[in-house]
Amino acid sequence: MILQKKNTVLSDVTLKKRLRKSDLVGWGFISIAVMMIFIFYFYPMLQALILSFQSGMGTNLGFIGIDNYIRLVQDTTFITAVSNTFIYLIIQVPIMILLALLLSVLLNNKHLKGRGFFRTAIFLPCVTSLVAYATLFKYLFGHNGIINVLLMNLSLISAPIEWLTDPVLARVTIIMAITWRWTGYNMIFYLSSLQNIDHSIYEAAKIDGATGIHQFFKITIPLLKPIILFTSITSTIGTLQLFDEVVNITGGGPGNATLTISQYIYNLSFRYTPDFGYAATVSYAIVVMIIILSVIQFKVAGDKS
Amino acid sequence: MKQLKNISMYIFLTTASFISIFPFFWMVVSATNTSLAVTGGRLLPGTNLMENLRSLLEMTELLTAFANSAQIAIVTTLSALFIASLAGYGFEVFQSKTKDFVFNILLASMMIPFAALMIPLFRMFANLSNQVPFLGINTHVAVILPTVTTAFLIFFFRQSTKMFPKDILEAGRMDGLSELGIFIKIYLPTMKTTYAAAAIITFMSSWNSYLWPLVVIQSPEKQTLPLLISNLGSSYAPDFGVIMLAIVLATLPVALIFFILQKQFVAGMIGSVK
Repeated sequence: MILQKKNTVLSDVTLKKRLRKSDLVGWGFISIAVMMIFIFYFYPMLQALILSFQSGMGTNLGFIGIDNYIRLVQDTTFITAVSNTFIYLIIQVPIMILLALLLSVLLNNKHLKGRGFFRTAIFLPCVTSLVAYATLFKYLFGHNGIINVLLMNLSLISAPIEWLTDPVLARVTIIMAITWRWTGYNMIFYLSSLQNIDHSIYEAAKIDGATGIHQFFKITIPLLKPIILFTSITSTIGTLQLFDEVVNITGGGPGNATLTISQYIYNLSFRYTPDFGYAATVSYAIVVMIIILSVIQFKVAGDKS
Repeated sequence: MKQLKNISMYIFLTTASFISIFPFFWMVVSATNTSLAVTGGRLLPGTNLMENLRSLLEMTELLTAFANSAQIAIVTTLSALFIASLAGYGFEVFQSKTKDFVFNILLASMMIPFAALMIPLFRMFANLSNQVPFLGINTHVAVILPTVTTAFLIFFFRQSTKMFPKDILEAGRMDGLSELGIFIKIYLPTMKTTYAAAAIITFMSSWNSYLWPLVVIQSPEKQTLPLLISNLGSSYAPDFGVIMLAIVLATLPVALIFFILQKQFVAGMIGSVK
């Protein structure tokens, strides 16, 4: 584009020279990044694929064909980890997105008193590191944790609730923790796109007699669809990779009730007798799931329009 | 009816804010109390802060972990900004079909879960350990290298460069500046806010990262704050006041950045979608 202006002055030959030179300079600018991404993302991906056809202890690996993949579909721990991850995904992501949408619509009201305070308060959990808030939640919901103490002081319960050692409640605790940490984060995305919506649309809807709930589902949600798609894809990828929270709140227990796929990969590689080959096979299962779920989400969002 | 709606809205927002803030309140208050008071459900500030700090310094390598985390986060942030802004600028200013193709391939790396990279990366650095020890397992270089370049940050810089007035670049060329000179002397100073937002997100994700340091760091003197907190949290006889203090100290730097640079902080988080 820059060069077009000078087309009249420069002869074809020098123009081509300059173009080629500027192209080369451009490659210079991007070269470090391209190299780094290939070395630290694509090359390891390829290595993991090769590993997934190997087995053995530690560095002593040999090719075994598709045995790892056969083992994968018969592995009950893997199936538990997958179903746990999907429980988090199916319950937590919709709750969080709806909650974030509702909050952002309420906070987008310019006449709301204390708007800045509410916004900052709800966003605040985003400043915590995953390990820090996970450890915090472990003690909030512990046997002697403040939640149990408060509930008992209020005489709502007579004995402490075993949030972390009951299989169902442990999952509930994990879901509550993740929702606490990420709702404000998603809300900020919705708020910033809500600010771009022309207010006269709502005025027109009001004149036509649309109620608040009607406006929310017929105007707000359709207009926010691209950003809802973006946040649901990032949340899905995040949930499929869930690790820090579960490791630090429940350690995957009780039993394997809260174990996630990432944690299972970690355990296979670094806690049990290291089996890098099989762990790589499990990790490819996540890759496939991320691709499938992202495609589905794109399709679902695309069909409605 | 309208009033009822208003009241329920305020109740809802107040409840949401309370739930968001209460864990922070409890963590700060508990950091000043004895372990016994924490489990007793005390919700008022106590006088045990200094005692907790003394125990924390005695029990753990807190200062070392703090220094390690800071060092890793700062080096990661500086190199990440350098690499990603060069690339984002390059992709946008020297646009071509081939480069756009490469750009899309880089974007695909955002879909790769870290769990899938972890084992090959571990083996890569384990192999390096034998040949070049300062690059191998249990070094900060190994913590930093794989996380320095992210497609997200390159994308972020490319998006921001779209707003950059291209005429200024041509003016720089007329003045006889080299392409790198234009980047350093013209582009860099004008894009300060973009750099600030990018610095905040990168610093934060490095400061908070857990899984890769957990895999690659093996000795206590190399460990980062999240590793230290995780270890404290899984000890058999935890001292709650001490643990809460450690969590407060680990959260403080990012919280400070948030309160001082709120605008850039939020811009960094949502910058990718604009």
